[in-house]
Amino acid sequence: MDASNYLYISALLFTIGAVGVVVRRNAIVVFMCIELMLNAANLSFVTFSRINGNLDGQVMAFFTMVVAACEVVVGLAIIVAIYRSRRSASVDDASLLKR
Amino acid sequence: MMQLALEVGQTATPEAVMFWILGPLAVLAALAMLLVKKAVHSAILMAFVMVVLAVFYIAQDAVFLGIVQVVVYTGAVMMLFLFILMLVGVDSSDSLTETIKGLRPIAITAAVGFGGLMVSLLGRATLGRDAIGLSAANADGNVEGIGYLLFSRFVWPFEVISALLVTAALGAMVLAHQPRSSKKSTQRQQSINRFRGESLATAAGLPAPGVYARHNAVDVPALLPDGTPAPNSINASLKARGDMLDSNTFDLKKISTQVEEEK
Repeated sequence: MDASNYLYISALLFTIGAVGVVVRRNAIVVFMCIELMLNAANLSFVTFSRINGNLDGQVMAFFTMVVAACEVVVGLAIIVAIYRSRRSASVDDASLLKR
Repeated sequence: MMQLALEVGQTATPEAVMFWILGPLAVLAALAMLLVKKAVHSAILMAFVMVVLAVFYIAQDAVFLGIVQVVVYTGAVMMLFLFILMLVGVDSSDSLTETIKGLRPIAITAAVGFGGLMVSLLGRATLGRDAIGLSAANADGNVEGIGYLLFSRFVWPFEVISALLVTAALGAMVLAHQPRSSKKSTQRQQSINRFRGESLATAAGLPAPGVYARHNAVDVPALLPDGTPAPNSINASLKARGDMLDSNTFDLKKISTQVEEEK
């Protein structure tokens, strides 16, 4: 098995995450799909780190994890704030700019 | 240092077996994440995908990242997701109906195109050499290697990210903070409310549930000194849910007062 098989998995997971962001309406599920995309990118980083034989990719994945954790904290706080004002976690309901 | 990726470029058979079992499972779980209706099920499937990714990291000599993945993602992030799910609850957004017409076919077509492009690109890309593997880079240990990089070449990003973490914590607090709708009552006001209220009977506080009854439970009303049960000793929300036991069964007159002698 070649190490690049991990890259295929990573590409597939990224694509699935992208579809989820577009298709699902629950803001929390959309958020989880974004996390899936970040994780897929992380897997690519780790695989490239192995292919290239240095640890830079792993450090990058580490930074991505920290940024993702921050993003989750702020994003979920935004979802809770929106839910408080609109009583809905649907991404379709927050469409004030459209009208 | 445990050596998991034995060969350079080619991976060892155990890793291949692991990959061909867990890889399809991860993709299936990710797909199911889109298809299941309930957000909680999505979260569980997501946690599974993350655990599989952690296994992949460890199999690729990224032991530190694998552990961090389990601790941070499946531990902290997914629990945060579940916590917010619990807070927000289930609503109509959980349904899978299409709200924007024609969105789903377009999304799937675009996804197939994008995925096909990525996979075909990866299939055609050649490195021109074999993969190197991390045995040299991990010679002093994976954690030591990452720590050395973090505090030498990447020390500036590392410091910046600490600022990001502090900002995110502050931002979450500001966003989740809700100003008080009514003024907080002072101790003086509470005291006035208690003694100038409707009746003085509850001035000393309500009886605690259960403690005077047969057994110690919050759903059992207290028995007053005269043997009558006190239904107002039970928490109002328990009462509203109907989770309280009938007070009458705890009336002292109906309970046998005979003491059985133990031998």
